[in-house]
Amino acid sequence: MACSHGRAAAKPGLAVTGRAQIAARHRWRPVEALPWLLAIGAFFVVPDYLFLGTQVLILILFGLSLDLILGYAGIVTLGHAAYFGIGAYVAGMLSALLGWHEPLTGLLLAGLIAAAFGWLSGLLLLRYHGLALLMLTLAVGIMMMELANVLEAWTGGFDGLYGITPAPLLGRFENDLFGRNYYVYSLIVLFLVFVACRRLVHSPFGLVLQGVRDNERRMRALGCDVLRAKVAAFAIAAGIAGLAGGLFAQSNAFVTLDVLSFMRSGTVLVMLILGGVGRLYGAFVGATVYYLLEDQLAKFSPEFWQFGVGLVLVLVVLFARGGLLGLLEAAATPWRRSR
Amino acid sequence: MNPGSGADGAAVLETVGLSKAFGALRVADRVDFRLTAGARHALIGPNGAGKTTLINLITGMLKPDNGRILLGSDEITGLEPEQRVKRGLVRTFQINTLFPHLNALEAVTLAVCERRGYAGTWWRRLPAYADAVEEAYAILHSLRLAGSCYRPTHELAYGQQRLLEIALALATRPKVLLLDEPAAGVPQDESAELFSVIANLSQDIAVLFIEHDMNVVFRFANRIIVMVGGRILMQGTPKEIAADARVREVYLGRAHHG
Repeated sequence: MACSHGRAAAKPGLAVTGRAQIAARHRWRPVEALPWLLAIGAFFVVPDYLFLGTQVLILILFGLSLDLILGYAGIVTLGHAAYFGIGAYVAGMLSALLGWHEPLTGLLLAGLIAAAFGWLSGLLLLRYHGLALLMLTLAVGIMMMELANVLEAWTGGFDGLYGITPAPLLGRFENDLFGRNYYVYSLIVLFLVFVACRRLVHSPFGLVLQGVRDNERRMRALGCDVLRAKVAAFAIAAGIAGLAGGLFAQSNAFVTLDVLSFMRSGTVLVMLILGGVGRLYGAFVGATVYYLLEDQLAKFSPEFWQFGVGLVLVLVVLFARGGLLGLLEAAATPWRRSR
Repeated sequence: MNPGSGADGAAVLETVGLSKAFGALRVADRVDFRLTAGARHALIGPNGAGKTTLINLITGMLKPDNGRILLGSDEITGLEPEQRVKRGLVRTFQINTLFPHLNALEAVTLAVCERRGYAGTWWRRLPAYADAVEEAYAILHSLRLAGSCYRPTHELAYGQQRLLEIALALATRPKVLLLDEPAAGVPQDESAELFSVIANLSQDIAVLFIEHDMNVVFRFANRIIVMVGGRILMQGTPKEIAADARVREVYLGRAHHG
């Protein structure tokens, strides 16, 4: 611990170990480079699949936003697609209706508006817990979808919103036919958001969220304004979901009501639980496995592939409470100890 | 003045006519009492006397129907529980109320960060707050928890978890500490040890504890408050309480085994 030498002598000797212990838990580990190396490798190895790859990256980003509230703050939701959808419609409408084609500012605005909506809805929703919260988030999700359906003039309603034509990124990089540029764009956005999330969960605020997840009553007894902490986390997560939705709209060049669907809220929850909740990287594993399963199982049976996904989910929930990533960690632990 | 309210000095905590009823059941009936600086007061009474309810009322977890609560010279009756904690009115729970997945060091560091106002920052990593970690470690050290502070809370021995309850409360730097059966479920020999920790806390902290074991109460309390049926039956020094016929009759006579 380079930073601790100076003042350590004055304290009980073991306090230094205490800090070292905490620091060790927060240090970047070499294995964390793996998903990024894989993502960069995919760019060169499977250039034909980069459009699909972009969708995977977007789902990871969406899953990461859910992990922040579900995995760290313990907030359950069945309506997270609401914020994804808001981001998608904001980015889409900016281009299709207002002629604002610059993609980076469009994406930023999508995130900000989704965050603002997350903050407002969070103030109401997060006063409730358990089943009530689950039903309320579900209701908000459904209401958003109905709202988008009714506001046909702006959203295109059931037919969807077309005519989204983002300008080239930084004035140079078009959304090319193979999706190469948008793959890189999405990967950079994901990386920046990930670094911020990682910082957040390892900060005092991140510790507060874990405290809220573990025991709200105790947090209150420590003087914490629990609602405020939860609303802040919810707004941040909604903003990230909005970024994912914005990327979705820009890369697909159209938005349908589907972005707000209950199905999407469910999918992101399923894939996060599949990958592992409360580990940041769970979304990476979950989204990749989810798309792989979809791809492979659909070959077997185009109509019945979700049965396979369901079966895997049941197995994971029953036998691997930490998700696939938890299984991997458990498998790696004896190996690490034996070294 | 009430008989036996000879607690001198300025009150750090005072309730005036505090009342609460659930339907027809009066769980707190015009409760007046005060804690002075450095107090080690015991709150005793048979089950259902309203002891925990009184703590819930004082800490704001229940809203009183009537009466006022004063912390120092400030009225805090309308404040939220967390605002009261910020002002130095802190409690522990009869049933462990901890963070199962955090280790003891993280949990106490969290409490220190909350008190110091670091809790809202998300852009700096926790190890940057070496002072908070050190303070947390020092608290754990003083409660002899330092040796197991890297283990997740749910793996700690029960007695250690009871101590962690107190460690978390201390990390908030309380002026008034309300301990709801701090030794509940702890074997008798360990409970004396736990109470010696409490007795040796800084004299700047006024302590009120609920306890059933009369040996412990008479050994560690400098003043005893007896509650029966939501009312304060009497309060006084251990000597006065031990000598009082009413207390013997309603409380000691029934609860004292053998």
